[in-house]
Amino acid sequence: MQESLQLSRRDVVFGSVAVAGGVVFGSYASAQPASTGAAANPLAAHLGHDSVTFNPWVEISPKTITLIAQHADKGQGVGSIQPLMIAEELDLEPHQFEIRFAGPSPAYFNTGFAHELAPFMAPDQSLEAEKARAAVLEWLRKAGLQMTGGSSTLPDTFDKLRMAGAVARETLKAAAAKRSGVPVARLRTEAGHVILPNGTKLPYVTLSADAAKIRPVADVKLRDPSQWRFIGKPMERLDIRSKVTGEMKFGIDRKMAGMVYAAVKLNPHKGQPIRSFDASKAMAMPGVKKVLKLSTGVAVIATNSWYAMQAAQTVDCVWEPSLYPADQADHWKVVGSSFTPEFLAKQWRNDGDVEASLKDGTFVEAEYRAPYVGHQPLEPLNGLGLLTDTGMEIWVGHQTPQSVQHIAAKTIGMKPEQITFHNEWMGGSFGHRLEFENVRVLAEICNQMRGVPVKLVFSREEDFQQDIPRQIAMGRYRGSVKDGKIVAAEAQVAATAPFKELQARMDAPTKDPDGQLAVGIWNMYYDIPNYRAASFEVQGLSPSTTWRSVGASANGFFTESFIDELIHAAGLDPLRARIDMCKIPVYRKVMETVGEMADWKGPLGNGKGRGVAFVESFGTAVAEIVEVTMTDRGIKVDNVWVAADVGTVVDPINFENLVQGGVVWGLGHAMNCELTYAKGGVEQTNYNHHEGMRMYQCPIIKVRGLENDYTVRGIGEPPVPPAPPALANAIFAATGKRIREMPFNKFIDFV
Amino acid sequence: MFELTVNGTKRQVDVMPEMPLLWVLRDELDITSPKYGCGIAQCGACTVDIDGAAVRSCQARIKDVAGKSVTTIEAIGEGSLHPVQQAWIDHQVPQCGYCQTGQIIQAISLLRLVPKPSDEDINNVMSGNLCRCGTFERIRLAIHTAAEKMGSN
Repeated sequence: MQESLQLSRRDVVFGSVAVAGGVVFGSYASAQPASTGAAANPLAAHLGHDSVTFNPWVEISPKTITLIAQHADKGQGVGSIQPLMIAEELDLEPHQFEIRFAGPSPAYFNTGFAHELAPFMAPDQSLEAEKARAAVLEWLRKAGLQMTGGSSTLPDTFDKLRMAGAVARETLKAAAAKRSGVPVARLRTEAGHVILPNGTKLPYVTLSADAAKIRPVADVKLRDPSQWRFIGKPMERLDIRSKVTGEMKFGIDRKMAGMVYAAVKLNPHKGQPIRSFDASKAMAMPGVKKVLKLSTGVAVIATNSWYAMQAAQTVDCVWEPSLYPADQADHWKVVGSSFTPEFLAKQWRNDGDVEASLKDGTFVEAEYRAPYVGHQPLEPLNGLGLLTDTGMEIWVGHQTPQSVQHIAAKTIGMKPEQITFHNEWMGGSFGHRLEFENVRVLAEICNQMRGVPVKLVFSREEDFQQDIPRQIAMGRYRGSVKDGKIVAAEAQVAATAPFKELQARMDAPTKDPDGQLAVGIWNMYYDIPNYRAASFEVQGLSPSTTWRSVGASANGFFTESFIDELIHAAGLDPLRARIDMCKIPVYRKVMETVGEMADWKGPLGNGKGRGVAFVESFGTAVAEIVEVTMTDRGIKVDNVWVAADVGTVVDPINFENLVQGGVVWGLGHAMNCELTYAKGGVEQTNYNHHEGMRMYQCPIIKVRGLENDYTVRGIGEPPVPPAPPALANAIFAATGKRIREMPFNKFIDFV
Repeated sequence: MFELTVNGTKRQVDVMPEMPLLWVLRDELDITSPKYGCGIAQCGACTVDIDGAAVRSCQARIKDVAGKSVTTIEAIGEGSLHPVQQAWIDHQVPQCGYCQTGQIIQAISLLRLVPKPSDEDINNVMSGNLCRCGTFERIRLAIHTAAEKMGSN
């Protein structure tokens, strides 16, 4: 308790999470206190005859071994690596178990957020930092927040899932010892069996009833890394085959007998209600059964998703006007006028004397912009729901199970525990499936279609229009260089607050500054003697939310572009200067490694250019070098080299794939994408307006994972932030043209 | 009523003539491997094989497909894995996997036309298939691997 008090005096960010727990999850958590069965292990409540569960992640029946994936799979591979980490210690082969996604329960609270939410920088291993993380962990435990996000799956589960497997293994051995009379010390396990000294093999499933009668063995030790069979080794992701044969069922593929299809037309002025509508055309169209009024629009119920979408388009709706400016130019004006004390969220750094040192040496200043961008995973928002008088069952791919319960319950006036949530394999998310547009709408529809299963599918156009975008952001930077050194820098960022807004939509509002807007300006590791950084939170614009890498997706671009400008002003080598200025040895190694990979030797000439950038986000340090060629058809992105330190590379092939994908994501949107508002709605409504990156623009991406960091780090998001500045810096090196605003294709052509 | 052959079986559907094949397959015939991504031929997730050609099923109206033979990924390997599917597994191409059934059918079509494609050939043909997870490099490698295997058989 004393630590918490000390922490609150430090004006920390994690307080908001504690509030989140109290408001959203408090009633759920207090109904099922963590010390009692259901919250301690939610599997216990639904256990079949002669079955056993050792902890919230392992369940064994006389027929089947089921491993629970608590983090949702959006394509990042955690539906595979989570069970494999259990199997590592439980001695199971990949074909010997079934995988099930976790239902909502505080038992699955995310321990991985402790690092991100404690107000200490990632490499800080001081006692004070570790105490703060421990205190945050206790808050998280009380809050019971189960969320996939923040590149936290491996930091959360690396120890606890191996431990879950070890506990199950030792308990099964204890059951086998009891049955056979052979002491535990003489038993071993292999491939789903306990093996007696005489070679007799007892399948785990035959021990389930006996194991259920004894207390799980608590005193277990994790195996030494030298004994690992899966971790760190090339392995086939468990979902690869079904995704290649077409057998994989995503949320959009789930069906149910008697099901009807729903499509929606919602107010493009985000969050605003519908005033009136005329559905006479739609009602006369083939396959249409009903047109329903929703709080923010209309839904068409039909016998086929296409009929529903076609008819929804024809409904004539009168919308309430938007609460934010109708046109994009005014959004930028509001952002630009937000660098004032009124909107100051927090000054995150103030080292040395910035004002005085800015007057010393050569002065440099620049303004950068990051627009709204869409998530637009290829699987559009959807969901299957069935509401009866006693409750609602909902099948939807989502990153925050308890919030799905909360939002659906609130929408239809039920209690969260009346909502049964089933997670689904997701066709991408990138932050989209942390929001609730589909959940709220599905609940409203089902409430008017009681007893009938309803499949809701957003058209791509509707998905674009309702997508709550990445924050809009502007960076104003000043600095000075003298005698070949950077002597001062100031970073000011004004942006809408993505995480804070998400928390508000989860009904867990906070007044604390949005910690995401500090990423990339606060955790800046260059030794600049006079450095100041502040964030300003813009009010009254489009809602915004977390987009793969969140705050760092904009701030990383700003800061690493400006550092590059200062380095050039100082006449230094962009890579060498960064390495020399970096205070953290492990991070210097990341930059040195990427330099070795690219064989960095300074300017290339002949229309070629290379740029480098380094950003730590979500605790993971990533350095990237981008190489481009200026051709007569525009800039061609040839090569990218990436070095990332994650402490332990757990799933090496998937690691490489995720890093490559993160680079494509970062580059593609920086080059080609923005969402702009006109008349209160988003102008881009399909991929032809917002295509990310296509294959013809995709460079060769070489990846190296380093293991020098002291703890396990995530890799889903951290490769994204360095990609845009490394590209902009490369374009500068090749052409002398400095691009300070995304998307870059507004200022230069790409091949 | 329209009749077509899907994965070797004759099927009849009673839908509006303008309904695109994608929704006939998914909602009427329960074949969900072709995916809805954009509805306007911008993403390629709905790609199926119609009489030997890779076609965006969101743009093929049922009245134009009637009488033709449609093959989806389930039958593309004729009972076993197609070499392109095997290459996709060998390179562990998918992340979310939502676009990959369409990618594979497009790649098979490419290799039918150009058995030994260059990177540029691959870029030209495959750029219509969007992958939001960014698996393009692995797709290129998998196509080269499949081309080698198919060429040596």
